[in-house]
Amino acid sequence: MADLVTITVDGVEMQGPAGEVLIKVAEDNGNYIPRFCWHSRMNPVGMCRMCLVEVEGPRGKMLVPSCTTRINDGMVVDTQSAVVKKAQEGVLEFLLINHPLDCPVCDKGGECPLQDHTVAYGPGESRFVEEKRHFQKPIPISDLVFLDRERCILCARCTRFSEEISGDPLIEFKGRGNQVQVLTFPDEPFNSYFSGNTVQICPVGALTARPYRFKARPWDLEAVESVSMVDSVGSKVSVQSSQNRVVRIDGVDSDATNHGWLSDKDRFVFEAIHSEDRLQRPLIKEGDEFREADWGEALDLVAEKLTGYPGDQVAGLGGANSTNEEAFIFGKFLRTIVVTPHIDAQLDDGLDPQFLVGLTPRAAINDLESAKTILLWAADLKEEYPVLYLRVRRAATELGATLIIVHPRRTGLDDVARHKVRYRPGTGPDVLRELVAGEGEYADIKAALTEGPVVTIVGRTGLGEDPRLAEAVAAFGRDFPDGKVLPLARRGNVIGALDMGLAPTLLPGRVSETAAHEKLEAEWGPLPEGLGRDATSILEGLCDGELKALLLLGTDPVRDHPEPMLATAGMEAADFVVAFDTFLTDSSRLADVVFPVEGFAEVEGTVTNVEGRVQKVNRLIPGPGQTRPVWSALDDLARRMGGDVGATSAEAISKEIATVAPAYHGVSWDELDWGEGREGLLLPLEEGEQRLEYIPVDGNLTSVKARFGLHLARVMYDDGVRVRKSPSLAALIPDAAAYLSAAEVETLGIEPGALVTVAGESGSITLPAVVDNTLGEGTVYVTANLSKTAELGAAVSVTVTPGGEA
Amino acid sequence: MSTDGQVKILTARMEANRTDSHTIERYEATGGYTALRKGLLELGPEKVGAEVKASNIRGRGGANFPAGVKWGFLAAARPAYLVVNGDESEPGTFKDRQLLERDPHQLVEGVILTSFAVGVNHAFIYIRGEYPKPARRLQHAVDDAYQKGYIGKDILGSGFDLEITVHLGAGAYICGEESALLNSLEGRRGEPRLKPPFPAIEGLYAKPTIVNNVETISNVPWIINNGGLAYAGIGPEKSAGTRMLSLSGHVNNPGNYEIVMGMSWRDLIFDIGGGMAEGRELKAWIPGGSSAPWFVPAEHLDTPVTIDDVAQHGSMLGSGAVIVMDDSTDVIAAAHRIVRFYAHESCGQCTPCREGTTWLERIFNRILSGRGRPSDIDLLLDVSDGISPGLGWPPVMTTICPLGPSATAPVVSLMKYFRAEVEARIAREVAHG
Repeated sequence: MADLVTITVDGVEMQGPAGEVLIKVAEDNGNYIPRFCWHSRMNPVGMCRMCLVEVEGPRGKMLVPSCTTRINDGMVVDTQSAVVKKAQEGVLEFLLINHPLDCPVCDKGGECPLQDHTVAYGPGESRFVEEKRHFQKPIPISDLVFLDRERCILCARCTRFSEEISGDPLIEFKGRGNQVQVLTFPDEPFNSYFSGNTVQICPVGALTARPYRFKARPWDLEAVESVSMVDSVGSKVSVQSSQNRVVRIDGVDSDATNHGWLSDKDRFVFEAIHSEDRLQRPLIKEGDEFREADWGEALDLVAEKLTGYPGDQVAGLGGANSTNEEAFIFGKFLRTIVVTPHIDAQLDDGLDPQFLVGLTPRAAINDLESAKTILLWAADLKEEYPVLYLRVRRAATELGATLIIVHPRRTGLDDVARHKVRYRPGTGPDVLRELVAGEGEYADIKAALTEGPVVTIVGRTGLGEDPRLAEAVAAFGRDFPDGKVLPLARRGNVIGALDMGLAPTLLPGRVSETAAHEKLEAEWGPLPEGLGRDATSILEGLCDGELKALLLLGTDPVRDHPEPMLATAGMEAADFVVAFDTFLTDSSRLADVVFPVEGFAEVEGTVTNVEGRVQKVNRLIPGPGQTRPVWSALDDLARRMGGDVGATSAEAISKEIATVAPAYHGVSWDELDWGEGREGLLLPLEEGEQRLEYIPVDGNLTSVKARFGLHLARVMYDDGVRVRKSPSLAALIPDAAAYLSAAEVETLGIEPGALVTVAGESGSITLPAVVDNTLGEGTVYVTANLSKTAELGAAVSVTVTPGGEA
Repeated sequence: MSTDGQVKILTARMEANRTDSHTIERYEATGGYTALRKGLLELGPEKVGAEVKASNIRGRGGANFPAGVKWGFLAAARPAYLVVNGDESEPGTFKDRQLLERDPHQLVEGVILTSFAVGVNHAFIYIRGEYPKPARRLQHAVDDAYQKGYIGKDILGSGFDLEITVHLGAGAYICGEESALLNSLEGRRGEPRLKPPFPAIEGLYAKPTIVNNVETISNVPWIINNGGLAYAGIGPEKSAGTRMLSLSGHVNNPGNYEIVMGMSWRDLIFDIGGGMAEGRELKAWIPGGSSAPWFVPAEHLDTPVTIDDVAQHGSMLGSGAVIVMDDSTDVIAAAHRIVRFYAHESCGQCTPCREGTTWLERIFNRILSGRGRPSDIDLLLDVSDGISPGLGWPPVMTTICPLGPSATAPVVSLMKYFRAEVEARIAREVAHG
């Protein structure tokens, strides 16, 4: 921490860290200096000149830009002098001479810094009577963003964001002087995963977003703060609606997580909320078709069926896309009403639950701010955890951290990494052994890892990878100087779901089933004995008849389980399947009863991110049709089965969580809404009894090396239901392909684009072959989360043969 | 010494050898690269630097900052770089062009000595893209010097290594501003940087960098051969040595002149310049490039041509470009021409320059096309004030670099000395309109 120094601004003394920019210190102390180009999360450039103030110097008062002036002790500043006011009027009059009078038709009107500053600091009239400069307007620069160059005030916020923050320098200034314009490069649209941020930070209406254009006026909007549930990073958002339709999601600056940035998926996936295909009424399967039913009829049917099975013949999957409160009640319902131990929020596509929530010392995202070295051995962050990608990128480019990446293929962070290790899928254990030994080409990396603090980020690089590898890397990472580890699993609230006990080995509150069983029984009454099955075992049990019934909470095993054939077979073999969902998915389509539930922006509750930070999601609009909150449906169902889960409201559930779940003692909605928890509460809040002790995996994993190792990894725009039902994003779903190096394509004797069949132990698919020279010998990369590739299933060893039927 | 009794340092060789002064053969035959030997093999880096400091030579690019002092600012971290600014773009300036075309080895030898003195092993010479012939001549000179072992590894057995790269600009006046030049050299947009940090601390590729003008460095061989004190003894103390002036406009003898400072403007225009062409009357002149406020006969004809005297009288000797206007000049059109240049050359980064210079140009357009308004005079001055508050000298800036304020200089001068003409022009058009 820098030393605090004292400065005087307009006669008022205030303090700030030595070397901080004047504009920020003033603002933090209540003195707002107008600006356009300065943004608190980017480096200052001093271009717009709106922030000019006078600072006393040896030769009298000097006019300086406050965004590039760094404070020192004793600085005396005047922001109100006649010279400053004349300069401010001048800058605004200058900006307005070429700015078009578009306010009546411009999205930004009503939340426009240029409007606001003109009213507050500008001259009453413009004296410009000449012709303004003109450009064709607006022009689309990508599928999501439009550019109006006449409105642009050339503050460079968008170009600087793209270069400095997101690493996608796809827009840049062209030309000189009055003809400068922001443009894309020829044949390269602004296809950045983060393009929406430039729309949000543009101080005028030069950049507008297709999903929001002309939809609403800011003064018509209602808004709540919430957390994006697209992934588990926990980015803070503002969800905004007009007439009970969500029309926009903006990023909110949270120092702990996203710094105000969002991925375009976080930002635009709201479109799915109002899709026509939202489930609005309960559905009951008759024959092969669904018919609509009333809640009462459907609940009675489910209650009757479920009471007919012994508890341990019923299983529950899901909860990773639900709030903590919903997940908690789901678990309580399964354990105390159905009385089954077979519960899993993951689909065998993440990591061991005790490892995920029990690992210590766990890194917080803000540990990246002080990390000297970062070891990243996980998924491609840019595709799966985009906002975390931004934070790691910042550490490597702005904060001087040494970034080491181990991955089968080129990642979005390669350009800013000091060391990159690429390996054939399946040979990870060998690579880890060499990394630990630290010889030869690994010597530099080993040396870098002795410079602490070290943050290690672990996760499965692909769906076929052994999850125990991530655990072994974590064990390695804990031993570094000031070593902390961040284990990653992707779904919006997977961590929260596991925290609520939705795993066979866990009970609510980050405690193991074995250690906490007795204590919980004292609260809840009789609990099922013995550890339950995990997701794969559940599906196998359904297949061989040992399990009869299945409950699905917001989950789609047919698409997302690494063995889709097993999932389909299990669901078809099941006697009775009940789904709670917002859309009909490939899995809920196979159910016997489907309940329509409220989803994001319709529910109030908490979610927990990868760091273990609990944050509040808030309700803005009612759900459509006859949707009900999940907890309400389960409460009703429990009553009809003769029991009581005590779910009277989501807040009441949160209070029970705070009592029953040790790691969540002290977490309250009040604290999150009004107290210290405005940026969430990082768990654990207290050292409690029954804390989960993670026992590291016992090493000696073996490498698998076949002719081809399969790297089966996700991309950001999958064709899951939320993206498909958001029209703006659906257009961006890529085509499935099998990626191979040019050498391998040649060895196979085919032309790029020809069909190849990739076959593993779970299935096979036929795809066009695309050349990707970031892949090594014997590696084939297939994008995981497209419905086409779901038929392949996860495997490590595959064969690749030319030909096949698409 | 040359025939007219004035000291000639920079132009001596080219005056005496009208056809081949740019060749290495002529250069070596006329004492070339002796300073290099003396500097590298006898004096050593500190003494070379000391001689230049003792010479009191002030930069010849426009800012007139003492070169020896500037060299002292160079941070200790290495590598460091020397960048020679050959972007000569200030309208009215064409001296560096002649130095590059007619005596490039003089510059090359100066670059090697300077690099040696400050501890640089890679020097860059940035030539404006519109100078293909000077750039070619310079590249030949550099190639020949490499061949002779004056550049490269272990020069003359001194243990000193140096690489020299000649780089062409791409047509932007703003790339003559040192930090924009560095950006251009790095392959970025030619836009001035925020200062601090200054180039001597963080310059090319964020390393310590000295930027000097072509003419400044071209003096170094003579200074080493004859001693810094000898240079300091030429002319007035604070404007020591000789300097090139580019004289143009309505004089009988326009051209580049190497002079000793101290004479009056009268002497310069009427003696050296041969007086007004076609016997016309002197109306005004620009003493130091288009960025400089104008001088008029009534006030400035008998003031001295020295850096400090010109500054005291509210202008600058700048790049040494003297543009002379006679009484046939439409001064409004002249001011407009200069303003139009700056609007065209503005890099566009900052609001007051980008928008203000364009606005000034458009107002002038209107006045010159007969649609001026009486309020335009105060408007021109107020717009200028938005770029340079107070319209004083030296200018206060609301801008990132001095280009913006440069555009206001002709406006202020026009209104100061020729306001009546502007009023008359507007009134005339309004009456007829």
